Amino acid sequence: MNFDLMLESLPALLKGTAITLQLLAASLACGMLIAIPVAILRINGNGVVRLILHCYIYFFRGTPLLVQIFLVYYGLAQFDVVRDSALWPYLRQASVCAILTFSLNTAAYTAYILRGAIQAVPAGEIEAARACGMSTALAYRSIILPHAFRLALPAYGNEVVSMLKSTSLASTITVMELTGVANTIVARTFAPYELFITAALIYLVITYVLTSALRALEHRLSRHRRPLVQTHPNLAESSHAAT
Amino acid sequence: MDFFLGWGTQIAFGLLVTIEVAVLSLLLGFVWAMLGALAQLSSNAFLRGLGRGFAVVVRGTPELLIILIVYFGGTVALTALMKAIRPDAAYVEIPALPAGVFALSLVFGGYASEVLRGAFLAIPRGEVEAAQAFGMSSLTSFIHIRLPLMWRYALPGLGNNWISLIKDTSLISIVGLEEIMRVSSMATSVAGDPFRFYVIAAFAYLILTIVNTSAVDALERWAARGERKLAQ
Repeated sequence: MNFDLMLESLPALLKGTAITLQLLAASLACGMLIAIPVAILRINGNGVVRLILHCYIYFFRGTPLLVQIFLVYYGLAQFDVVRDSALWPYLRQASVCAILTFSLNTAAYTAYILRGAIQAVPAGEIEAARACGMSTALAYRSIILPHAFRLALPAYGNEVVSMLKSTSLASTITVMELTGVANTIVARTFAPYELFITAALIYLVITYVLTSALRALEHRLSRHRRPLVQTHPNLAESSHAAT
Repeated sequence: MDFFLGWGTQIAFGLLVTIEVAVLSLLLGFVWAMLGALAQLSSNAFLRGLGRGFAVVVRGTPELLIILIVYFGGTVALTALMKAIRPDAAYVEIPALPAGVFALSLVFGGYASEVLRGAFLAIPRGEVEAAQAFGMSSLTSFIHIRLPLMWRYALPGLGNNWISLIKDTSLISIVGLEEIMRVSSMATSVAGDPFRFYVIAAFAYLILTIVNTSAVDALERWAARGERKLAQ
């Protein structure tokens, strides 16, 4: 093990890490924006819409991300429609193609998770919302979605970590994120252990931070479900005395 | 001109290589998964730590990076080994197939070890106690009571891991294995038309995942055949 080389290449790897985190944040944000309407329409849309969305989710969950990213990066460029369109200056950039593919991919997985969560919201809550005279939109906004998000969070946490790992595929279409930077330095120095293990450690640290943050969020979102004893011993005692 | 632009045979062979890699990784991965689960359930704190560490590292590192570590790291290690035996030995490159199978088996093993551990812990204690009360030896009760139950609890999780494994085989194309993804890239660089070839590859994977999902469902139904059904 050449520790000097590990230290020497750390600045470059950290620069790659910044790209990795940008890819992750952009894909998760766009993915969530797509996933929410997709999940709702997958349940409430008419037959045609439901079928189309089912196929969309099935395609992105059933094929490897590598195929999807190659389809977008190499496949789209061969059509004149795409090359003549106003979007071409963006679509020719590898990083835009990577974010586009990652967003569509994570949106399919997230929509699948959210759909399950929305259907798991107890019928009584939805009936209560209706009985209060709420419109469907209002019921979704204030009753169904908040509850569904809490139910979906554990599965969504896995999806976030899996997305972090998927960003490494951007290196296959020349985006210089963490894996791409490590691979380039390996090609020059031929020290695979030093570089790849340092990169793996950086990924592990990010995974650890992400899972801890998600666990803290889960804990916070379920605070109304915990018995009082755990949060406020004094309150619990007084309520005990009252009964 | 046919739909595959003359690449039909190569694509079919690529599909076979994909299936071969997936099955080999599954078999070897099962060994890692068993060892990992046993280590995590062990009473020895060191083994427990080792098992946990294996699962955490595999689950937190990108599959692509694991493949690169095994492929390039294996090449460096093997070259050094050969140089130690024969100083005039040339540079040794390990073939992509064993490197890819080894890397993917580690990935599968890491995820599946957690599934197996969970399944083992989910076995109701009453069942094991009943087996003991019948005078079964621990081996007999393991084979006839614990294993069938564990299998039933583990199947849904293992099925997901298996589908992910099939999709992850595409990553070995990066180190040059001529499976379906690599063949599609080669076809693209000769015949052009990347959209056509990557769509073909996508549908090949889609067929693989559809067939295997229904196979896993059938296995799950078979494993649950002894379960009491709720009255309709």
